Amino acid sequence: MRRFLSLGLLCLMLLGTALTAQAQSSSSTPDDQAALALLTALDVDSYRDKGDAITAILQSDDERARDWLQALLDGRLQRTDDGRFVLVLDNRGRDWPVADALTNEPLGDMSRRDLDRIGINNALRNQLRSAIAVVDLYSPNVERRRTSADRLLGEVDGELAETLAPVIADAEDEYVRTRLAQAVAIYRAEQGDMAGVEALTGSLHPRARVALGRAANSDDAVVADAATAALAGIEQQLKINRGLETLYFGLSLGSVLVLAAIGLAITFGVMGVINMAHGELMMLGAYTTWMMQQLLPGQPGLALILSIPAGFMVAALVGIAIERGVIQFLKGRPLETLLATFGISLILQQLVRTVISPLNRTVVTPEWMSGSLVINDALSLTLNRMYVLGFALVVFAALMLIMRRTRLGLEVRAVTQNRAMARSMGIRATRVDIMTFALGSGVAGLAGVALSQLTNVGPNLGQNYIIDSFMVVVFGGVGNLWGTLVAGLSLGVINQVLEPWAGAVLAKIIVLVFIILFIQKRPRGLFPQKGRAAEG
Amino acid sequence: MTTLQRKTHPRTLSRFATALITAAVISASAQAVAQDDDPIKVGILHSLSGTMAISESTLKDTVEMLIEQQNEAGGLLGRQIEAVVVDPASNWPLFAERARELLAQEEVDVIFGNWTSVSRKAVLPVVEELNGLLFYPVQYEGEESSENVFYTGAAPNQQAIPAVEYLINEVGIERFALIGTDYVYPRTTNRILEAFLKDEHGVAEEDIMVNYTPFGHSDWQNIVSEIRRFGEEGKPTAVISTINGDANVPFYRELANQGIDAADIPVIAFSVGEQELSGIDTAPLVGHLAAWNYFMSVDTDANYDFIDAWIEHTGDEMSVTNDPMEAHYIGFNMWAEAVRKAGTTDVDAVKDAIIGVTVPNLSGGYAAMMPNHHITKPVLIGEVQDNGQFDIVWQTPSTVAGDAWSDYLPGSRDLIADWRKPMECGNFNVVNGSCGGSTAAEEAEAALAE
Repeated sequence: MRRFLSLGLLCLMLLGTALTAQAQSSSSTPDDQAALALLTALDVDSYRDKGDAITAILQSDDERARDWLQALLDGRLQRTDDGRFVLVLDNRGRDWPVADALTNEPLGDMSRRDLDRIGINNALRNQLRSAIAVVDLYSPNVERRRTSADRLLGEVDGELAETLAPVIADAEDEYVRTRLAQAVAIYRAEQGDMAGVEALTGSLHPRARVALGRAANSDDAVVADAATAALAGIEQQLKINRGLETLYFGLSLGSVLVLAAIGLAITFGVMGVINMAHGELMMLGAYTTWMMQQLLPGQPGLALILSIPAGFMVAALVGIAIERGVIQFLKGRPLETLLATFGISLILQQLVRTVISPLNRTVVTPEWMSGSLVINDALSLTLNRMYVLGFALVVFAALMLIMRRTRLGLEVRAVTQNRAMARSMGIRATRVDIMTFALGSGVAGLAGVALSQLTNVGPNLGQNYIIDSFMVVVFGGVGNLWGTLVAGLSLGVINQVLEPWAGAVLAKIIVLVFIILFIQKRPRGLFPQKGRAAEG
Repeated sequence: MTTLQRKTHPRTLSRFATALITAAVISASAQAVAQDDDPIKVGILHSLSGTMAISESTLKDTVEMLIEQQNEAGGLLGRQIEAVVVDPASNWPLFAERARELLAQEEVDVIFGNWTSVSRKAVLPVVEELNGLLFYPVQYEGEESSENVFYTGAAPNQQAIPAVEYLINEVGIERFALIGTDYVYPRTTNRILEAFLKDEHGVAEEDIMVNYTPFGHSDWQNIVSEIRRFGEEGKPTAVISTINGDANVPFYRELANQGIDAADIPVIAFSVGEQELSGIDTAPLVGHLAAWNYFMSVDTDANYDFIDAWIEHTGDEMSVTNDPMEAHYIGFNMWAEAVRKAGTTDVDAVKDAIIGVTVPNLSGGYAAMMPNHHITKPVLIGEVQDNGQFDIVWQTPSTVAGDAWSDYLPGSRDLIADWRKPMECGNFNVVNGSCGGSTAAEEAEAALAE
């Protein structure tokens, strides 16, 4: 115990001297020559030599080392034609603003022709990340320490394990301590060490599993048995996690289907208009998101939130134009409506191609929507899809409220059940038609805003969803919003459960065949309209 | 001055006069020919509407730009070149109709066109029947060599095979997930790759995962999670992606969101170029790979000139160049050179003249037309950068000649293509010494029919 303590003290002292050394080097800048030599060593063709140069920078104790390594990792460390090293501040377009790598002084814009990037490959990227992680272990920033501890899982070798021992003992942060202990345990288990195997029992991290797998083949029978038992327990845990993951995938796919179909459930389900241009209304919603991001550069999150009302308005206005311009003249003629709206969908697609571009547009995902929510080492839920799932539920709830609790909803139900009677009661049926179609189209626009975060924003966006939307509405029962919700979510889950063993192509076919058979048995879908509504 | 005049010999003078007269006669006759003849017609067969417009419309612009440049430089054989643009609208049967229109009605001298293999297969019988010339600029699955088609994109041995060798030798990958869209190019390429991995590198069956998805697939959650688990077995793993077109954006997004980094499981793609990346936020994709024969980031003056010309032509500062555009650049220059060599635009003469023609490519080397109607190309591996460009991390030491028939498939191993006299055969079987002994071509047809 005492020996352990003294070792820790020694390490602390070492660390202290390292820190003062850093402080000293920051006050004295005549070592620019040395710094230049360090950077020049990076400017070679062989990736192996670059790796050595990175190690040299890491050992140099230069306070700018971390910045250089980070810039090298990001591909922003470049050499000019006259042999200076610069940090590129923004690498979009043809001319890039740069700053001197040694002094951090801005040097203005430079042309791509005059700059040579110091290239790295994936192996060096790994090396750089590990190097930065080791530097960051001593960072005052707790977030950096945590990322660094995560990074070191499975990266520990004998030398690093010894360096880590005092760090673990001193770690203030609980998360950093357990993570680092785990990292060391992975190394020990791989060496066939019993304590390591015990420490890893119940850990779901893939590296832990690999380490246990190696320990299970160990010569020491006791260690091998313990590792095998630990693995069996982990497998059990993983199965549960996998099931939860599939469920989440299914609900997430289902929420996309619901969003795409819910507007159609109103125009097709409630009003009975077959609108083949529904997908293109979604496309317009997605393009509105792109447009908003162009108008508000640098604020993708704000733009995304603003595009929720904007997307609704744009799609609703186009919906009104379609209704007034075409559909009202084709009332009660479904075949002609189908053909006319299909024509509109082609016109809208080509319009976008000609006016904006046939190429896909980049819609940036805001910071708070990227990445995933980590539940444990084997289960993490992607954030963008979680937001879309929540958004779908909110849109659904709002629509239910409108249809059940507002005057508009009442009038819509009255007009669709008995148009003549509703009119004789003083309801302006034409106005209700316009409002309903605008509502359904607007919701399609909302779906487009959400889809811009999941898939391509391009002229073909709508085409990919129109079949699925009709499928969900018909399966759920025409005219029933609850049916659409249940149908969308269940089709999503069925699809995702089938996909791992049937493959994506076959899973889709099976779902379609299932729906065909289901419609044969129950032509009115999951939740058929009952009573008078059904007669309309 | 005066001394010079005095020194001028009467004979030199008369020689000079003769030369002048001859030149005048030649230029007059050339003018007469030019006046008699219509301009040289170049057909452009690229979709400007429909799903493929995203990729093909820029190729139309590229050929138009090349024609403009050629006309500014005085045209070809003293004649101007005129582009005839048709729109096959991403509709495969329509490709055949439009090709017939170009050859029979417009009587174009050459066609630059097509992107998907399906559309090329649709056009093939028409071009052969009417004896036209088609320059096809996209990387494809091979297993084809037509007398009338020139393949300026990469064959599998110029893209897929070197890419996999890079992964094995330079990155140390041991496990491979072959992920592709469900159609003829990914299926054939993956069959070649599977055979190559097993036979040449002894990769075990369990270390290869194959997965196909429909066109425009957008829900990648399950497949990406499967890839993640596939890569968690302790062996270095890579994904070889033949995912086509629009499906790439949601695929890469899902990869980033599930936290799969290029340093853990790199994805090497054969259909993702600068143009596809311009529709994605590439920050989370840094380090993923692509194999091509040209990247916009190639550091040569020829390339910078090409980019400047392209930006001027499109009027858009941010427009990008890509591999199929370079293929058209090479194809157009080869055709022009062959026309100059043959002295005519006659199809048969150009076809014979073009074999062996060598023109500069954009990456600082030369491309030569081989007897099998494929060209020599360098193979480059690039890593995605956060600005949507690729950083070239590896390239073949010299150019690689395109192989029409793969050496790794049982049916096509023994076939070669050679359109020089006297062989003049696209599928010569070297074992039984006869032309037309192809089972692979039939297999490819069968795969297409599926």
